[in-house]
Amino acid sequence: MKVHEYQAKALMQSFGIPVPLGSPATTVQEAVEAVRPLIEESGNPVVVVKTQIHAGGRGKGRFVEHPDLGGVTVVTAGIEGGVAAAETEVRSLAEQMLGSTLVTVQTGSAGKRVNRLYIEQGIDIDRELYLSVLLDRAVSRNIIMASTEGGTEIEEVAASTPEKILRAEIDPAYGLLDYQARDLAHSLGLTGQAARNGAEFMATLAAAAVDLDSDLIEINPLVVTTEGEVMALDAKMGFDPNALYRHAAVEAMRDESEEDPAEREAAEFDLSFIKLDGSIGCMVNGAGLAMATMDIIKYVGGEPANFLDVGGGATAEKVAAAFKIITRDPNVKGIFVNIFGGIMRCDTIAEGIVDAVREVGLEVPLVVRLEGTNVELGKQILDESGLAVVSATDMKDGANKILELAP
Amino acid sequence: MSVLVDKDTRVIVQGMGNTGRFHTETAIAYGTQMVGAVHPSKAGTTERFTGPTDHSGVPGRPDTYDVEVPIYRTVGEAVAATGATASVIYVPPPFAADAIAEAAAAGVSLVVCITEGIPVADMVVTKRILSDTATRLVGPNCPGVITPEECKIGIMPGYIHNPGRVGVVSRSGTLTYEAVHQLTRNGLGQTTAIGIGGDPVNGTNFIDCLDLFNQDPATHGAIMIGEIGGTAEEEAAAWIATNMTKPVAAFIAGTTAPAGKRMGHAGAIISGGKGTAADKIRALEGAGVLMAATPTDMGSAMLEAMNGR
Repeated sequence: MKVHEYQAKALMQSFGIPVPLGSPATTVQEAVEAVRPLIEESGNPVVVVKTQIHAGGRGKGRFVEHPDLGGVTVVTAGIEGGVAAAETEVRSLAEQMLGSTLVTVQTGSAGKRVNRLYIEQGIDIDRELYLSVLLDRAVSRNIIMASTEGGTEIEEVAASTPEKILRAEIDPAYGLLDYQARDLAHSLGLTGQAARNGAEFMATLAAAAVDLDSDLIEINPLVVTTEGEVMALDAKMGFDPNALYRHAAVEAMRDESEEDPAEREAAEFDLSFIKLDGSIGCMVNGAGLAMATMDIIKYVGGEPANFLDVGGGATAEKVAAAFKIITRDPNVKGIFVNIFGGIMRCDTIAEGIVDAVREVGLEVPLVVRLEGTNVELGKQILDESGLAVVSATDMKDGANKILELAP
Repeated sequence: MSVLVDKDTRVIVQGMGNTGRFHTETAIAYGTQMVGAVHPSKAGTTERFTGPTDHSGVPGRPDTYDVEVPIYRTVGEAVAATGATASVIYVPPPFAADAIAEAAAAGVSLVVCITEGIPVADMVVTKRILSDTATRLVGPNCPGVITPEECKIGIMPGYIHNPGRVGVVSRSGTLTYEAVHQLTRNGLGQTTAIGIGGDPVNGTNFIDCLDLFNQDPATHGAIMIGEIGGTAEEEAAAWIATNMTKPVAAFIAGTTAPAGKRMGHAGAIISGGKGTAADKIRALEGAGVLMAATPTDMGSAMLEAMNGR
């Protein structure tokens, strides 16, 4: 699960991690009202207006409605004109940004509608660094990664100059050790008070990642101010969905407007669903088999419309819900159901399909491949239903048949 | 011969709820020696299982079972009373990592954790704990381990398996069934099939299983089924290239999975751009592994790899 930048910063602040002052705003009025207290408290006449969407690359992103406007805009009007001038500028920006669509490298060409802004104090930046805490699957531990090359192109840095990516493994029994944090700070070129601040920042962040069950914290850039302070100028945080049950405060930060409605509905039925751009709807049990089903559709020349794993313990009701979610997608020209019954019995799947089709109808071809537990019973239910179901003998046969029927 | 489990393996179950009871019964029907269970509030009682076995009518094998499974307060008590060397865990996700640690502390040598949805941080700690023990963990979030007609630990449908010559190791549950089914149909059969689970932090990995298969005289070839994410398949490829003496076939799921749906860049950096299906396939092919082009071709790829030698 993802949260917005301002939420990530609030969580970090609760651990004592330095972040700039800021206020979230969902209306123009809130944005304007945030300006005076920020300028007065920080003593800095500069403020920054930052769009809050679940995608990176906001600074270089542009609005569909306002092609000259970026998703992160620095307001300097306050330097000459004081608070009133800053407020006027923020009002104008908020009016343009709220409700408009921001396109960044991570949103896709459709972009994302901006519903929230974050108004933040300006920071006098000396250096921009990169910092993240995440699981390294190869060692089954969290690692902390840092680089002197802060900014948005960190992926490129990793590819072209991997030696500029510093890393330290975190032993879950002890956390990030002091010497590891000191080494990283030193390697980042920090000295004096900035080195001490940097080491403390990293140690606290590593501990916060564990406490919050975060599966990714990325701070890009991590800035050193002209005063030697080390703070998070941006923050991305993701959380382990399996651990949300013990983090009610994080769960409450969920922004449903950022999630795909069909994916959200699927989640309510405990179905794993990801919308794709193709025309062949898929319903499969098991994540690996679901991926393999997408692969084989592509292999025979088709394009999958979705990934859908109904899981191991599906009921007829769940299967029916899955079927409805698939058929609602107007791009779907055919459906391929691929089930290898283990605990999940083929008759359960068949009943779910029959129920769903009786309820919502079936306007596209349907190919069903059943194998495993109670397969004969499942086939019998489909045969006796009178539905126009084409049965397949194996996955490849099924993929070929749905492609013939829905080219 | 087989690896990890055989007809003499004595198994206890941790988590005798509805799911645990259901799968304990199917394991008994399959012929597995389920010798005890752990459930603090039911300790001192027993669960009785009776019914027809999966092999009713097969000459030389019993037609019915009637098994009394005693329930203990702790894993330690269960092990002391039963001499079990293996444990299967159906405990709910918030408590499953602790159940693994308890089994390790009790000296259980093989722990198979079926539970899906364990927090990653719990598994990071548990794996750290296991590193100081001799316990082997399979899973979590896996179908389990089966040696056909001898011992079934987990949730896989037993009847699709057949004793034979191929070792199966897989990150995915239903894709394992798919491979097993094809190997049964084409006559190769299985020595042992191991589901290592799809979680980012798990116990036994591909290399551990391939090493076991390599050393098992009854295993004539191995098939591994991987998927996108992480670098376990690439590491296995490097190991195969220098160590494996038997033919290996493989399938990697996720060739068409979209790369997006990811926040930030950190996930890509950690693998240094590795972890795609194309990378994994290239690494495995480079190690002499025969790749199944589609999941329908897994059995025939194994046959081809074994005939090629």
